[in-house]
Amino acid sequence: MNNTEIYTLAPHYRFQWEEAQQSYVMLFPEGMIKLNGGAGEVIRRVDGKRSVDEIVHELKLAFPDVDDIESDVVAMIQLAVEKSWLVLAN
Amino acid sequence: MTQQNNGVAASVTQTQPLWLLAEVTYRCPLHCAFCYNPTDYAKHTENELSTEQWIQALRDARKLGAIQLGISGGEPLLRDDIEDIVIEARKLGYYSNLITSGVGLTEKRIKAFKDGGLDHIQLSMHDITEEINNFITNTKTFELKKKVAAMIKDHGYPMVLNVVIHRYNIGHIKEILEMAESLGADFVELANTQYYGWSLINRSQLMPTKEQIEFAEKVTNEFRSRVGSKMKIFFVVPDYFSERPKKCMNGWGEVFMIVTANGDVLPCHSARVLPGMEFPNIKQHGLEWAWKDSPTFNKYRGDKWMKEPCQTCPEKEKDLAGCRCQAFLLTGDAEAADPVCSLSPNHHVILQAIEDAKNPKLQSQPIHFRTDKNSKKFVEGDLKELVKEFHALP
Ligand code: SF4
Ligand code: SF4
Repeated sequence: MNNTEIYTLAPHYRFQWEEAQQSYVMLFPEGMIKLNGGAGEVIRRVDGKRSVDEIVHELKLAFPDVDDIESDVVAMIQLAVEKSWLVLAN
Repeated sequence: MTQQNNGVAASVTQTQPLWLLAEVTYRCPLHCAFCYNPTDYAKHTENELSTEQWIQALRDARKLGAIQLGISGGEPLLRDDIEDIVIEARKLGYYSNLITSGVGLTEKRIKAFKDGGLDHIQLSMHDITEEINNFITNTKTFELKKKVAAMIKDHGYPMVLNVVIHRYNIGHIKEILEMAESLGADFVELANTQYYGWSLINRSQLMPTKEQIEFAEKVTNEFRSRVGSKMKIFFVVPDYFSERPKKCMNGWGEVFMIVTANGDVLPCHSARVLPGMEFPNIKQHGLEWAWKDSPTFNKYRGDKWMKEPCQTCPEKEKDLAGCRCQAFLLTGDAEAADPVCSLSPNHHVILQAIEDAKNPKLQSQPIHFRTDKNSKKFVEGDLKELVKEFHALP
């Protein structure tokens, strides 16, 4: 994965905050996945406009105490692509 | 619903009705031999909820945590207010799914669904041959289903096909999957018939052999490895051929809630067959009371109600003793172990059913199709006793 790449939510997937779960969730035809806090913070920034680098940068600013944000973000986005939640924005 | 996902997913809180199934009508233009609707549905076709009542139900369920919405039936498109229901569902933040036979889906309606925010449409298909499609549904719907599939695709929906598998189509799995591929399906569910409602009555006529199922699974796996991830295929294994029961509905009153056409609230599709149950109705009680406090929803939560061999079974967390409806339908005791379990003292009824399905005489008995006329016979007429025949115990 190249960190200048820009991703967006795959069609038919919906990502939203769920009050009842107090977490972000990913919704799709066969079900839903509840995302933990860190994963939610990453996916919430994937919007078809920000590149992976920009997301890393933003998260570093938002969470200055967390080590090694970059590899976490990359791993999370890779997993989400594998799961077909995210696709490259054209 | 606990979904493990490389540590990404946490386990979902177990006490919310995450799935709301709205069985908006029991009316249906099809007459499927395997329909899971209750055989006495004719009793419940009156007093359908109004649009306003459905909208209120959606709001109340959402407050309780519901997020996935299935709009089903019968054939939901027989109601002309599905558009309004869809719009409200989107507004409330549901991920909504229309479960349809395709009859009644027009360009105009699908466009309204898309604009209203319906997330996907699940279409039932039956076979690659017109003959079997028309036979098993007792209608001429083969060409129509293909047209509807194309329409779904044209409107940018993911195509989710559901194919109920039984003796008449199990030999065509490969061809069915090829058809799905050529239609551009994204998800295909090959759902082996589960024996409730009409399919129980027609069990000997519908059940395939173990060898046929194993072969079908093999063909499915081969197909899956060829198409890769572009078409996701789910093969729902029939429980009669397993050693252990399924964790039915993921547990009674754990994550599923069904609101039926007349407003009854059920923990599962076929709960109405259970004796001595009074189901809450949204016209009398709120949904919140139904889910949290009603005796019905609390009855089989947890494991206090279990009998032996389940009560002391080390595996009880895994399957929660199986399906209450199946236990009752096949043993006459709703608290018994699901007889699918090889540890159940009634397991022989399952083995007998498998044997019966090989008996040419029973196989060739006429099928009772799901029609209003037949359903009325189950309510008051000459078929009333038939359901009882399936109980193994006096
Ligand atoms: S299974 Fe067939 S008859 Fe039953 S509701 Fe569905 S389409 Fe109608
Ligand atoms: S004995 Fe009961 S709890 Fe144990 S595996 Fe069988 S059905 Fe499940």
